[in-house]
Amino acid sequence: MIGINWLPNFGEEVAMILFGIGFANLLFQKNLIKKIIGFNIMDTAIFLFLAEKGYIVGRIAPIVVDGIQSTEKYINPVPGGLVLTGIVVSVSVSAVMLSLTMRLYKRYGTLDLDEISAQLRKEGK
Amino acid sequence: MAFVQNVPFFSIMISMFAGIVSSILPAKAARRLNIVATTLIGAMSAWLLVFMLQSDMGYYTYMMGHFPAPWGNEIRAGVLEALMALIFCIVMVLSLMGGLHKLDEEVEPSKENLYYILVDLLLGSLLALIYTNDIFTAYVFVEINTLAACGLIAIRQIGRTFEAAVRYMIMSLLGSGLLLMGICMLYDMTGHLLMSNMKESIAMIMEEGTYAVPMLVTIGLIVVGLAIKSALFPFHAWLPDAYGYSTVSSAAMLSSLVSKGYIFLLVKIFYRVIGLEYIAGSQVLNIIFWFAICGMIFGSMNAIWEKDIRRMIAFSSVAQIGYIYMGFGLGTEAGMIASVFHMLMHSATKSLLFISAIGLTDASGYKRDFFEVTGAGYRNKIAGAGFLVGSVSMVGVPMFAGFVSKLLFAEAAMADPSWRMFPAIIVLSISTILNAVYFLKTVLRIYTPMPAEEERAKGYVRIPWKQNKVYAAAIILFIVLNVVLGCNSKPIIMMIEEGLRNFM
Repeated sequence: MIGINWLPNFGEEVAMILFGIGFANLLFQKNLIKKIIGFNIMDTAIFLFLAEKGYIVGRIAPIVVDGIQSTEKYINPVPGGLVLTGIVVSVSVSAVMLSLTMRLYKRYGTLDLDEISAQLRKEGK
Repeated sequence: MAFVQNVPFFSIMISMFAGIVSSILPAKAARRLNIVATTLIGAMSAWLLVFMLQSDMGYYTYMMGHFPAPWGNEIRAGVLEALMALIFCIVMVLSLMGGLHKLDEEVEPSKENLYYILVDLLLGSLLALIYTNDIFTAYVFVEINTLAACGLIAIRQIGRTFEAAVRYMIMSLLGSGLLLMGICMLYDMTGHLLMSNMKESIAMIMEEGTYAVPMLVTIGLIVVGLAIKSALFPFHAWLPDAYGYSTVSSAAMLSSLVSKGYIFLLVKIFYRVIGLEYIAGSQVLNIIFWFAICGMIFGSMNAIWEKDIRRMIAFSSVAQIGYIYMGFGLGTEAGMIASVFHMLMHSATKSLLFISAIGLTDASGYKRDFFEVTGAGYRNKIAGAGFLVGSVSMVGVPMFAGFVSKLLFAEAAMADPSWRMFPAIIVLSISTILNAVYFLKTVLRIYTPMPAEEERAKGYVRIPWKQNKVYAAAIILFIVLNVVLGCNSKPIIMMIEEGLRNFM
């Protein structure tokens, strides 16, 4: 189970555990705010995973200093770009979710999704 | 390079810019801009389709930005992409036309131009999903698609739609989380983001036999992620409310376009990223096959039990998505062709059903209960005709689109060499019978005359077709589209075949 890659891949393992935590929170929490927090944990875990995969031990950020052009010197810049794009998506989705939560809270006075459903059924609309 | 090859790029840009410009336009102008843009994109897609059919190049790639293949972003177009874009544009314009009178009632006037922004963005993201050759771009547009769809549900501001939108978002976010994780792992294993380059690396990895387990996990993550987003059976809990209570144009677009965009991306990933031979060999297909089989039965059962006709049509979508995934689950070329045809058929028919159901409920005092629509087919003749055609097409009566796709599924299942043949055939027939039960039951109900005095007592009025000519035209065009797909299926199937061959 625990091979020789266990220690070097420490970051990826943490990322996967965080992904699981976030996923479970998004799926099982009843409180909408906690769901959104779970979603953010999940997405951040993916970004951590990407950043870990882009990093190469002993190299520096891909900004040319002292005129060194060789790729051997720098880490992979692509995952950084992907993380940035992912953050933008994640922020906008969080904003939409939070605004919907606000609407529901103002209308029904609760953050519990099941209770909102129960109230809706009682309204019968 | 011929000028027509710019069409994919132009269509994405036109729809995106139409969305941006709509934000400062009044509702009427935004509506006109949306309809013009969608029609224009549809016409251009038809032009591209004709060009691709005549030329023998099969497909071409189009460089976005100034970086060549392994680094830059790419668009890739072929026959199937152009066909999909064409049908999506037609269905979108007709769904919008059919629901216009409801939009005026159900959407706040000050927010109406926002609706057209969402529709433009939805079309733009669908087109980008169809044409893109870069998997991370596909992810970004999947998210834009989700956000636009969420807005389309919540724009009718009642409690039900907010709840439905939140539930939709939660399920969608779970799906896109899994999808993103899968894409990241795929990138880490292959070192590429362009689909064609990924496939070369994956073929190498598979030959060497390294990364066998991570590959299986990745395929699983991507397939399950997209299955959640397109509401495959156990993940469909959000669907009936989202389709049942949103304004009718939204319901038609959500059921016929949004889920199809995700499924089309999945087809692309099967063919262009991983390769059908590896997919067919992995266990993941078994999972989606069984989910699909269960969906075909339980979706139809739920539809039979449902008393609200809009929700009944929504539950029927669950069953139809099951059909599509069952075709994938067979893992053969024939199954894929059947599934892609079913996607086209379902988007043409389900939107027709939603649009005509709204006419029936309008003629029944806005009540949606099954028994309230008694005789509605006489009160609103055009909607009744639309519902009749949609129903017989869904059930699979010859001459309509549904028959062809059922025939293709049955042939694909018969030709399947593995154990999947028997469950597929048996469930296909059971599901067809269940389809017939709930659709024909409703058709009989709307053509059962209601006594005149009862009609008067309830205040139900007749709605002649002249009262809303746009609506009547939308229904007639939908019927024509359905019959064209049904009677003219041979060339379309050949286009799908050729398109899938060039997908690799």
